[in-house]
Amino acid sequence: METQTLEIPHCGLCRIELDHVSVRLDNETLLSDVNLHVHCGQLTVLIGPNGGGKTTLLRAVLGQVPHEGTISHLDRQSKPFPSMRVGYVPQQLLFDRQMPLTVRDLLASSIAKRPVWTGVSKKTRDRATTALELAQAQSLIDKRLGALSGGELQRVLLALALTPAPDLLLLDEPVSGVDHNGQALFLDTVNTLRAQQHMAILMVSHDWTLVREYADMAALIDKTTLAVGTPDEVFSSEAYAAAFPHTHGMGRAH
Amino acid sequence: MQTVYAVMDKILPFEMFSLQFMKNALLALLLLTPLLALLGTMAVNRRMAFFSDALGHSALAGAGIGMILGISSLTVILVAFGLLWALMISRINRTGGASADTNISVFSSTGIALGLVLLSQNSNFSKYSSLLVGDVLAIGQGDIAWLLISLLLGLTAWAMLYNPLLLTAVNPQLAQSRGIRTRWAEDLFVCLVAIAVMLSIRWVGVLLINALLILPAAAGRNLARSAPQHALFSVLISMLSGVLGLVFSYTLGSSVGAAVVLCAAGFYALSLLLRKILHILN
Repeated sequence: METQTLEIPHCGLCRIELDHVSVRLDNETLLSDVNLHVHCGQLTVLIGPNGGGKTTLLRAVLGQVPHEGTISHLDRQSKPFPSMRVGYVPQQLLFDRQMPLTVRDLLASSIAKRPVWTGVSKKTRDRATTALELAQAQSLIDKRLGALSGGELQRVLLALALTPAPDLLLLDEPVSGVDHNGQALFLDTVNTLRAQQHMAILMVSHDWTLVREYADMAALIDKTTLAVGTPDEVFSSEAYAAAFPHTHGMGRAH
Repeated sequence: MQTVYAVMDKILPFEMFSLQFMKNALLALLLLTPLLALLGTMAVNRRMAFFSDALGHSALAGAGIGMILGISSLTVILVAFGLLWALMISRINRTGGASADTNISVFSSTGIALGLVLLSQNSNFSKYSSLLVGDVLAIGQGDIAWLLISLLLGLTAWAMLYNPLLLTAVNPQLAQSRGIRTRWAEDLFVCLVAIAVMLSIRWVGVLLINALLILPAAAGRNLARSAPQHALFSVLISMLSGVLGLVFSYTLGSSVGAAVVLCAAGFYALSLLLRKILHILN
């Protein structure tokens, strides 16, 4: 497929700006010339076919794979902030569910210096509780991590990603495999964060209904940015029809 | 040291502990077991039981190479070779090829075979056979001081390494997303295990060292529901196994290391039973 550069005009908002981002690994081009603005206080959804580079793009933002181009955190005057904190909620975390580990242990291991095997101080426990409250998961603090349901685990991971508060929150298909109730609770929580904390959120999702309900912006990615705009604009674009020829307009506006 | 002995005479008014070598052996076991148990909790969580087994076996090869090179300090060559061996296994596991258990098995048998070939030259192996089962009754006061220093250093390193390693054990990608250099953490962990194993092996023996690392932590894991509980139960079980094993071996006139391991195995069986009962009650 011929790739073309999609230029984004200046928007005048606080944002995380991906400018001509490319990722090559072992002579294979995984992403080429991705341009995207993720605005503060908005939920931007990444859609695209499997193997199209959505997760690779998240890993590039996290600094886990080397990339060309720039990823910068800019204020309204397009001046760069000195730093960018990224929080990340992975897709269906694979871990040993038999491990003796509570939610409190998991959070303490990432927010405190004191080794968790010696116990958790009251101060750390309070910080963990505050983080869990943000993700509506405070009742889970003493539960074993392996005993959590899919939706509960994702909320705990969200609490972890929110500590310390990130400038950009990355969600990699956070509710795939979670029941409907869990999905709604997770996304409502994210929605509140977006509004209250003015956080920039970038979420990978395959679920058109969710994209339509929660996303402010959508970006269609297949090796490069093919379309960027409101969900309706992206779903009705020619690029979308070409990328998903068998969906018969499932994602389109009714 | 005399003060320590005097205190021991007070709290342990038993005939067996009136003997100096029994006091020393008890002190040595109480210093050896906690660090091995703590490291064991992570080895069990990371499914590295077979890895540490291969590492223990490599002590034979280390001793053999030390003999060829004419290195007089057994401890130095064991630690140096253990570090090399541990990092080599990790590296090859990462670069792939065969599965981890196959790679480790290759290292395990190579370590034993290399050790046997080198140490059995000129039919000299009997000189080194004590390495196989160890002899904690032969430990001296100087060695105990070294064990104490090693324990304190080991605990300090473990305190610094634990949190990043715990997150890595849950999920490496998640740990990386929080800025943890997972490879560093993993490499430092295998180095710490290598050092702890090699410093203990003269007293516990190649054949049994892995049991002291894995059994108490495995038993603790059966009973614990949180990370601090896992550490606490494992340390208690391993220290208790150490004391009971020493008492049994004195009574039965058998090998100390083996008796300690049998006690730990007994605790493991007990932990399985308790886990079943707790499960039914819940």
